[in-house]
Amino acid sequence: MELNDSTLDHLRAVVDQPDLSGTRYELEGEIGRGGLGVVYAALDHQLQRRVAIKVLDSTLPALRLEEEARVIASLEHPAIVPIYETGTLPDGRVYYAMKLVAGQRLDRYLNAQVSLSERLRLVRTTGEALAFAHTRGVVHRDLKPQNVMVGSFGEVYVMDWGVEGVAGTPQFRAPEQAGAAPDHRSDIYALGALLQFLLPETAPWRLRAIAAKAMAADPEARYSSVPALLLDLQRFQDGLAVEACPETWWQQARRFAVRNQVLLLLLAAFVVVKFFLFFLHGL
Amino acid sequence: MNKIVTGLVFGAILGLLDGATAWFTPEVRPAIVTILMGSTVKGMVVGLLSGWFARKINSVSWGIGFGAVIGLFFAYLIAMQPQPSGNHYYLEIMLPGFVVGAIIGFLTQRAGGPSKQTTQQTT
Repeated sequence: MELNDSTLDHLRAVVDQPDLSGTRYELEGEIGRGGLGVVYAALDHQLQRRVAIKVLDSTLPALRLEEEARVIASLEHPAIVPIYETGTLPDGRVYYAMKLVAGQRLDRYLNAQVSLSERLRLVRTTGEALAFAHTRGVVHRDLKPQNVMVGSFGEVYVMDWGVEGVAGTPQFRAPEQAGAAPDHRSDIYALGALLQFLLPETAPWRLRAIAAKAMAADPEARYSSVPALLLDLQRFQDGLAVEACPETWWQQARRFAVRNQVLLLLLAAFVVVKFFLFFLHGL
Repeated sequence: MNKIVTGLVFGAILGLLDGATAWFTPEVRPAIVTILMGSTVKGMVVGLLSGWFARKINSVSWGIGFGAVIGLFFAYLIAMQPQPSGNHYYLEIMLPGFVVGAIIGFLTQRAGGPSKQTTQQTT
């Protein structure tokens, strides 16, 4: 009997699928691939809810996924997907179960019309998760749009928290990651790259300057911390001067005028009225 | 500084400034002190009411509107008083009063925080 290509593909996919027998989960299908393994959607029979299960690549040592699970479990934050449990499949592969996020990857989310303020909100929320992780001594190492999920209610989740040995993705990888162990400044670089990725072509130059400062080749020239970067973004949104770029007096005056245009219009009206009355008397 | 104090301060400053411009009108220059006092008090009353309004309603456009209307109203009350010459300066007093009221209304909305209040959390 001969098998056609589609049948062979199906058989290959079935062979690759993890055997969840003996666990409380029922496999639904593959939903993504991370650095250490494949993520599947599954049904938790015990709690009657859908979950995501990450199964370690069979070629990697079990410690890698267990370490990743421990890292994520130590980070309880609204923008970090919670881990439910870890376990071992009948074939010996390690897995962990986590919350299944109903939403889209950030890069796909941007296919729809997304406003600048919404884009900045996504960066801020991602940055808050990073800043929290840094206070726990955890560095993401591989922040990129594919590792950020946007939920159906606009909630943001940072996924795939890095473990030792993850090299990062070229476009979002800090130069020093090629040779040395990354630290929180590598995440600042990646957050800057994420900001740059999210900015539309018409984005204000001050936002581009913030991204450029975060992505400075010299780690010392970047923001000192993620909160410092987020504060500069907040300054931009409040119409204030940003740390990333010194302004000329003309730019300062222009920003002041834009920020206080109602007050300036009212004061101008007062002056016009006074001049009008002054010349009315002169007639 | 709460909104009412903010209104009083800005009202006094802008009222004083508004009154001081009367110096450029030679025929009312002899009464400049009275004008300054009246204009300052008017500004403070408008500021007080605008500050009170700003505590109730948090809206820049409504604040400007309210300040402008009461500025116009109090300017009308002052303009109703005849000058020693018997003339009335309705336009000269009411037009700037309207604009100054709008500015005070704007400033009380944008500046100044709420007054201190005690809160009790219930469980």
